Amino acid sequence: MATTADAPRPSSRPRTGWDAHPVLRWLRANLFSSIPSTVITLLLFALLAKMVVGFAQWGIWDAIWTVPGNDTGACRAARGVGACWAVIPEKYRFILFGTYPYDEQWRPALATLVFIALFYVSSLRFFWRKELVLIWAAALSLIGLLMWGGIFGLTFVSQDRWGGLPVTLVLATFGLAFGFPLGILVALGRRSKMPAIRSLCVLYVELIRGVPLISLLFMASVMFPLFMPDGVNIDKLLRAQIAIVLYAGAYLAEVVRGGLQAVPRGQHEAAEALGLSYWQRQRLIVLPQAIRHVIPPLVNTFIAFFKDTSLVLIIGIFDLLTTAKTAIIDPAWQAFSVEVYIFVALIYFAFCFAMSRYSRHLETQGKQGA
Amino acid sequence: MTTPMPTKRPPRQRLSFSLQNERFRALLWQIAVVGIAVLFIAWLWSNAVHNLSVRRISTGFAFLGREAGMPITDTWLAYSPKDTYLHAFMVGIVNTLRVAVIGIVLATILGTAVGIARLSSNWLLSRLAAIYVEALRDIPLLLQLLVWYVLMQGLPPARGAWKPIEGVFLSNRGLIVPAIPLDGGQFWVIGAAVLGFILFYLLRRRLIALQVQDGKARRIWPHGILLVIVLPALLSWVLGISWAVTFPELRGFNFVGGWSFAPEYFALLIALVTYTSAFIAEIVRSGIQAVPRGQWDAAVALGLRKSFVLRQIVLPQALRVIIPPMTSQYLNLTKNSSLAVAIGYQDIVSIANTTLNQTGQAIEAIALIMAVFLTISLGISLFMNWYNAHIALVER
Repeated sequence: MATTADAPRPSSRPRTGWDAHPVLRWLRANLFSSIPSTVITLLLFALLAKMVVGFAQWGIWDAIWTVPGNDTGACRAARGVGACWAVIPEKYRFILFGTYPYDEQWRPALATLVFIALFYVSSLRFFWRKELVLIWAAALSLIGLLMWGGIFGLTFVSQDRWGGLPVTLVLATFGLAFGFPLGILVALGRRSKMPAIRSLCVLYVELIRGVPLISLLFMASVMFPLFMPDGVNIDKLLRAQIAIVLYAGAYLAEVVRGGLQAVPRGQHEAAEALGLSYWQRQRLIVLPQAIRHVIPPLVNTFIAFFKDTSLVLIIGIFDLLTTAKTAIIDPAWQAFSVEVYIFVALIYFAFCFAMSRYSRHLETQGKQGA
Repeated sequence: MTTPMPTKRPPRQRLSFSLQNERFRALLWQIAVVGIAVLFIAWLWSNAVHNLSVRRISTGFAFLGREAGMPITDTWLAYSPKDTYLHAFMVGIVNTLRVAVIGIVLATILGTAVGIARLSSNWLLSRLAAIYVEALRDIPLLLQLLVWYVLMQGLPPARGAWKPIEGVFLSNRGLIVPAIPLDGGQFWVIGAAVLGFILFYLLRRRLIALQVQDGKARRIWPHGILLVIVLPALLSWVLGISWAVTFPELRGFNFVGGWSFAPEYFALLIALVTYTSAFIAEIVRSGIQAVPRGQWDAAVALGLRKSFVLRQIVLPQALRVIIPPMTSQYLNLTKNSSLAVAIGYQDIVSIANTTLNQTGQAIEAIALIMAVFLTISLGISLFMNWYNAHIALVER
């Protein structure tokens, strides 16, 4: 197999044929540099052409974009030949916002925009300061206000009617917002000199990381009510949220611990010499440095949570994936689940791809800065 | 990173019962935290005991001996609904392991291939590998699993099954491949081949050690052929064991003969393998890139072939960077196999969930899931740590 480290060999041949034009030179160097490479290029090209043409035929040329009313006859006729994109305009409101009252759906839409703005603001280096905590608190309260309502003339919408994209964003973002402080405390505990606290933290982290998230979600949905006193009935969404926070806390603790290990011991000692107390040392000296170190892995962990929130489907919470799956229970549209899944996959992809690009950008920046 | 320096620790402060005393404060903190944790758990426990007695659910694992009564369609172990819950759990564990082990092997192969392809000097190949990685990593696994399952169900029925190769059928009944009926005798031959492989491995180490000592080149592969192929084949001939392959046939609406893989299993396996391979590809890529360029240059300067350089010089060094993150990917794949419950493949989580619904033994069922996964995780970690120590750089 042709691999790296293939420095272009200086050629002494006259600049004719292949070498005549920069484009041809590029083609030769990158696609046809040797016989195996040429074979690979041709094979891949044939495969790619076949796939692209096949997909274009199914997804564009032979696809059905609209149907009159709920009559899916045209779609059914084209089944297996062309996609039925008509399902998207028909169902997108339900997929995005679930059973939220139809006339009030501008509220979850606005909440989604607040989420995106919050992520954007948090990504700017300028805002990496303590005030960011206040921004998060303000944004999350605003989102709660929009989603629940009940004051300022907004009608109250109970959270069992929430659904779709806002629920996915709520689960992931609140998971981070509460899991992160928890993770910091546990990471500090794991590095503490007190044996009892250290072993408690190790137990928590290893227990959570050793089992699948599904088992935690099952625990939240069926075991949690058993452990509560009579009359205490906590909402299903909140229970799942608690499970995700506990899960996030364990993984974030490991990320933060990596950052803590990267802070030189001299920093601790200098802070101690200044007479700062333990909490002052951690808050003012150690944590700011540790967290800056681990921002790229933190973003990656957040991407993982964002995807993992889709698991709440299994305990029947209406997140983006569950609404998509529910939308196609409708007998008229049952056969067109792939189209709906592609639509939802694009939404997930847009969020995750933006975040992973950002994380990569931070990593290269960090390398240059170091 | 700080390097551990042998510093002289200051003598420990003596414990005295005053808040000014650091050791005393530490003791108070620990008593407080552990006390709160214990009280909290005791409170949860007393609630649980009360709730269970109200609902008339008896605690304990006695239910494991009762008749399960749940159908399990896709099993390797013999099972009927008349068997006990314990047996059903065993079937579930085997089903989980069957996905996890085969998934880990396939994901490693595919991921390594994609990771190397990403570093190819062929622009098209490396771009396509990058697109593969990016697309699979940024879409939730559960969504991918549901899509694979829908596609699997959309396959033609058994009568119009796809036949990519003679004897291999892909239909909405899953994948059917030709089988070799195993009636016991074959296991002796397979055992002999495995034994031969272990002997060959030991012999190879010995021969290489000899070559290092005296510098004489020795042929290694003829021993391998003898031990792994010729001797087991001879054994098979002497014992008169048949290796006749039976081809699946379509009878009525279903297939007869051959090995079949249910659509649920197949969808789960494909989803886990492709998803995890994207992460493994990134690990392999960064591992290879972590090998200093001088190693490539030096090996090429010695006149070694490129494939040889990759296999013998670069990959062994890259492995040291690759193994730790690879371990966590293996653990992830195993844990992710629990998504099976979403498409109805009966792994341990799915069976525990059914048990929970039938008996109401929530605490026990979830405790069993956790115990199984903690054991598997521990097993994988131990093996990978052993392997990591085995390949670690031996410094003089």
